[in-house]
Amino acid sequence: MAATPLLELRGIDKSFGPVQVLHDVGLSIYPGEVTALVGDNGAGKSTLVKCISGIYTIDAGTVTFDGNQVAVNSPRDAAELGIEVVYQDLALCDNLDIVQNMFLGREKKRGLVLDEPTMEQMAGETLASLSVRTVKSLRQLVASLSGGQRQTVAIAKAVLWNSRVVILDEPTAALGVAQTAQVLELVRRLADNGLGVALISHNMNDVFAVSDRIVALYLGRTAAQVKTTDVTHSQVVELITAGRSGTIGLPPEKPAGAAGYTDITPPGADA
Amino acid sequence: MTTTTSSDTQVQVVKPTVASHLHDYWGRVRGGDIGSLPAVLGLIVLCLVFGIARPTFFSATNFANLFPQGAAVIFIAMGLVFVLLLGEIDLSAGFASGVCGAVMALLMADHGWSWYTAIPAALVTGLVIGFVLGFLVAKLGIPSFVVTLAGFLAFQGILLVLLSGGKIVSIRETFVLSLANKNVPAVWSWIIAIIAIAAYAGVQFLKVRNRAVRGLVTDPMGIVLARIAGLAVLLLVAVAVLTKERSINPLVISVKGVPIVAPIIAVVLVVWTFVLGRTAYGRHIYAVGGNTEGARRAGIPVDRIRISVFVIGSFMAAIGGIIAASRANSVDPNSGGSNVLLYAVGAAVIGGTSLFGGKGRVFDAVIGGAVIAVIDNGMGLMGFSSGTKFIFTGLILLLAASVDALSRRRASATGNR
Repeated sequence: MAATPLLELRGIDKSFGPVQVLHDVGLSIYPGEVTALVGDNGAGKSTLVKCISGIYTIDAGTVTFDGNQVAVNSPRDAAELGIEVVYQDLALCDNLDIVQNMFLGREKKRGLVLDEPTMEQMAGETLASLSVRTVKSLRQLVASLSGGQRQTVAIAKAVLWNSRVVILDEPTAALGVAQTAQVLELVRRLADNGLGVALISHNMNDVFAVSDRIVALYLGRTAAQVKTTDVTHSQVVELITAGRSGTIGLPPEKPAGAAGYTDITPPGADA
Repeated sequence: MTTTTSSDTQVQVVKPTVASHLHDYWGRVRGGDIGSLPAVLGLIVLCLVFGIARPTFFSATNFANLFPQGAAVIFIAMGLVFVLLLGEIDLSAGFASGVCGAVMALLMADHGWSWYTAIPAALVTGLVIGFVLGFLVAKLGIPSFVVTLAGFLAFQGILLVLLSGGKIVSIRETFVLSLANKNVPAVWSWIIAIIAIAAYAGVQFLKVRNRAVRGLVTDPMGIVLARIAGLAVLLLVAVAVLTKERSINPLVISVKGVPIVAPIIAVVLVVWTFVLGRTAYGRHIYAVGGNTEGARRAGIPVDRIRISVFVIGSFMAAIGGIIAASRANSVDPNSGGSNVLLYAVGAAVIGGTSLFGGKGRVFDAVIGGAVIAVIDNGMGLMGFSSGTKFIFTGLILLLAASVDALSRRRASATGNR
């Protein structure tokens, strides 16, 4: 288990006009581990992800990557650091093929011209390294792929860039049982390859199946960061719905804006 | 029929044969990815019908006339393809072409500019118009329909003001006049056609070789050869017809050769096809048209792309306006008015460019423009009135839009959007 986090967020605030969505949120992602980010609808998971990926700029707080404090102001900044996000709605273009989607925004060029052979070769190698052998042709339009295949392409797109941190937003939400298992296996493989993986999920089975750590968000605050082995199913559900469970989580009646999440599970907290 | 190759480091791929390639193509067509196929078939049917009803339709003179007749609309439609690829519309392209044509004509007639300064001035006018439209759409977020509808009215007004209330400015500059009215000498017609075929063949073979070297799937040789042969036959037959003597009295003046606009259309087509298909910029246009949010997240500057397509749209309208002015030998307050815009939008849509964005090629504008030129020309030969021509063209446009909508529905049903 790695000692220092690859990506660490501290004291993140984010408001949209008068509405403060994130209050003093903290999150650490460790290399070689899957960190599950859980929370109810509106807890701020997606906003947090968009802050990490540079789509939103943060109002306050620090982002530390690999020990250095960094500013992420655009998706390009995040990509340069090696942070890749696989979004819930996939962000794939239906009218483009697999290779075109995987290189979207970062096309390989020779002079002015797109270097299609190189891109196709790299895409094929990446898919093969993820043990994906189900696509008929790399030049197939993404529109013609199944949900699981699309998710695979989206994940492969994130891996292609030798990324260090991959954040997956509800990767199994729309998938069947078999496809879910495939995608979770892929998620685990990413972490085993040494990447820092963050998995956003509503599904407790998925979370307990693959994650090493769990971060629970509650109404825009970090309720707890715990090791998966230290908590039970029902404790996590309580953290999601009430923000605390026993001695873990947000202290009751704490005024807004005050820092207050537990980083480790106190011994004997088992309910 | 197919041989399967697989190795440990590559995704399993199927090496296509001629039969499987055709089968795949047919599968895509059935799945709703039909491209310009209806337009090509429609063009053949229309030519046969008009040719049988009026044999003069197939005369060399009439064939040569089709090019200048369709050219202005084709150029404007090429620009509209870019706008339509983002799911936007440019209703002002017609009068923008009129304004640009008028700028050129006035600079030459009233200010004594020569063609090599007046034409760039007209093109720059197009760029400025496009930038203003694109800026309003992308940065202020006004729907392109409203912005360009306002432009439609305003440019009509600008044209009237420029022509001080309605005078007609005639063009005497021989270079400008020759653009739409003169022909390439017969020898050069042949040389250009042969160079074009050789270049196309070279590009095709190079592509196959580059992919084969990397061990990637290549199109079967049979298909590649068939493509080259198809283009060669088409070009050589066209040149053979066009280099026949078309003058009524060859002793007085000889009229033969490919109309100058034809190679201009071809060059512009190649340039824009290259931009759309082979550059990152073109790829980004398709991405923004297919999934704007996805493109934004991929780090593509969506606003800049949106502005740029309007710039290209109005730039192409300027070229269309210059060609139209050349063909009419003059510019008047209705230049770029009446049916020009609707024919141009119609050309792009008939050719297979989707009104919903994300799907279309520059070639669509050419094939669609050819359909419209043939309808206009053929029905004219058969003595139909303008009213009937408009009704028929309107129906064809409606048919093309239905094909677009239905193929889209079919595509989403077969998961092939």
